[in-house]
Amino acid sequence: MLKITDLHASASDKEILKGISLTVNAGEVHAIMGPNGSGKSTLAQIIAGHPGYEVTSGTIEYDGKDLLDMEAEERAQAGVFLAFQYPVEIPGVTNAYFLRAAFNELRKARGEEEVDPMEFLDIMEEKLKLVEMDATMMQRSVNAGFSGGEKKRNEILQMAVLAPKLAVLDETDSGLDIDALRIVAGGVNALKRPDNATIVVTHYQRLLNYIVPDFVHVLAGGRIIRSGGKELAHELEAKGYDWLLEPVSV
Amino acid sequence: MTESYRDQFAANAANGGGEGPTWLPALRAQAFERFTALGFPTTRDEDWHFTSVTPIAERTFKAVKSAPTTLTLTDIAPWLVNESWQRLVFVNGRLEPLLSHFSELPAAVQLSTLSDALREEPEWVKQHLGTLAGFDRAAFTALNTAFMQDGVVVRIPEGECVEVPLHILHISDAHAAGAAVHPRLLVVAEAQSQVVLVESYVGLGQASYLVNTVAEVSVGDGARVDHYKIQRDGIEAFHVSTVQVTQGRDSIYHSFSYAAGAALSRTNVYTKLLGTGGEARLNGLYILDGTQHADHQTFVEHLAESCASRELYIGILDGSSHGVFNGKVYVDPIAQKTDGKQTNKALLLSDKARIDTKPQLEIFADDVKCTHGATIGKLDEQALFYLKSRGIGGENARALLTYAFAAQVLETIEIDSLRLLLERAIFARFTNLALE
Ligand SMILES: Nc1ncnc2c1ncn2[C@@H]1O[C@H](COP(=O)(O)OP(=O)(O)OP(=O)(O)O)[C@@H](O)[C@H]1O
Ligand SMILES: [Mg+2]
Repeated sequence: MLKITDLHASASDKEILKGISLTVNAGEVHAIMGPNGSGKSTLAQIIAGHPGYEVTSGTIEYDGKDLLDMEAEERAQAGVFLAFQYPVEIPGVTNAYFLRAAFNELRKARGEEEVDPMEFLDIMEEKLKLVEMDATMMQRSVNAGFSGGEKKRNEILQMAVLAPKLAVLDETDSGLDIDALRIVAGGVNALKRPDNATIVVTHYQRLLNYIVPDFVHVLAGGRIIRSGGKELAHELEAKGYDWLLEPVSV
Repeated sequence: MTESYRDQFAANAANGGGEGPTWLPALRAQAFERFTALGFPTTRDEDWHFTSVTPIAERTFKAVKSAPTTLTLTDIAPWLVNESWQRLVFVNGRLEPLLSHFSELPAAVQLSTLSDALREEPEWVKQHLGTLAGFDRAAFTALNTAFMQDGVVVRIPEGECVEVPLHILHISDAHAAGAAVHPRLLVVAEAQSQVVLVESYVGLGQASYLVNTVAEVSVGDGARVDHYKIQRDGIEAFHVSTVQVTQGRDSIYHSFSYAAGAALSRTNVYTKLLGTGGEARLNGLYILDGTQHADHQTFVEHLAESCASRELYIGILDGSSHGVFNGKVYVDPIAQKTDGKQTNKALLLSDKARIDTKPQLEIFADDVKCTHGATIGKLDEQALFYLKSRGIGGENARALLTYAFAAQVLETIEIDSLRLLLERAIFARFTNLALE
């Protein structure tokens, strides 16, 4: 589904990603861990199409298409979804409006009829239950004044509504209390299908107890320095990253 | 340039303009002399530094004596906001009784034309008219006073609450070409009373005309006046407007000023907080394109203790339009515990659009909280990316964020039907999405 080959990328003339290769197949869950500043969010944002990063070499293939050649909105319409590490506040646009607009843009792109506000209300209701969010949040401006946990939950709500093929969750667990973590993970698991895939960026093995990864990758200094199964996350939890980092690469 | 109005003034005085109680022609004459002495403001005047009124000054706009309009209720329906409101409809400055209806109000509440009020209660009118909006240093107010036509008088007696908005609709059409209209509004809300006013200015077509309006608003102790002004004059028109308010103890004056029309507009909202505990909420939204120029000036005088003022002005500028916001706040030495906040934000949608903002705070009391903030910018790139990452494409994302920028101040509109009307209009202007 996703094939990243030797990806190099920079921002403000600073090289951040220094040759990343990663293949994600349908039905798989991949976890990406790694120290602060190693390039995890950069990778996530590049997959989503953030214009602030320059890909200097390498390729990303998604569903047989050249992902780097697509605008951010085209990627979303093709089923790519990024749950932001720092969700953006949009005062003046209600959550309900935003979600419905997004939902309809995706439907239009697939050649389907748009849904009207009443129909959308039914869809909403079900998804709100999934993430245990109060319906009053829908009438508030997107993320404006939301608590940290509410913003993360709102990301999962969007994911639930948009039903992506490839979901990238960038530290969706950070700042969540235990209950919220369970709810968010439950939401992600409920949306799991054999034909979609998930990449979770996290610092904590805790999340991976709920969302069990098929593969764990360690990203450090802009490279994947180790890949393994879910037991790698336990090892990292116990030993930290130091044992993986070669002295010369620091 | 002001001299060119002298013949008109003389003609006007000789024919109709000289009517009314004896003090009125005297007031007009005094105002006219002041107007010629002051002349039109120039950019050397501090208050007009960013706005040149040369296009107004170099022409002589004629008073219109137009025939009754042929516009029908259907023609004006789009501008009524809500058909059930009491309303006075003026076309080219002339009251149109067939389009108006304003008789369904509590008996004690007075809503009438200025000429009726002058006939029925000349002494009461004399006590108020011209006493709030001085023309000593205001040429346009002097000009209005000299030529003011059928205006509107609103008097809400003590303790009376009028909840349904009163609408004063000024329409200018092709017959207004080359003409000046000088609407006048006098509002006296006595102690503990409440009233909601909507003033609309609408231009139909491309005519070039001048609207020079003056409103005087007295908000009594414990009274509340909500005052909405919706300016959608024609794109070739000139619009100059001054609202002068005085506020009593524990009163609330809430103003919302919308400017989307006119080639050149200047909107002044001035309030004097005279009694303790008064509150002024002054909000505004201007949306400009092409070569439009819109200048807003506010002046809040804190002249008593423990008053609050809140200002939020939002501008959206496209093309090579030019916006000006000048927010003056004066805090008198006796006005301790003043709480003032002024915010103005402008969104520039093109490289050629320009905004000049000038907050002016003069604070002479020590125990006060006064803040002001101005931001000028382009659309937030992070927010754009967020929308795109959800499938909302480039143009739509920009449009949605532009609308959202306006929505920050639209939400201060407390009349649902009016807020919806503006939300829809602005949404449609920027997007081809559906709001509902
Ligand atoms: N737009 C940018 N301009 C300049 N430097 C950037 C930009 N974006 C990211 N960086 C830098 O690139 C490096 C990687 O950042 P990134 O956000 O990808 O790290 P991360 O692995 O997600 O870290 P964390 O675990 O703290 O979230 C950091 O040093 C960061 O400062
Ligand atoms: Mg990160």
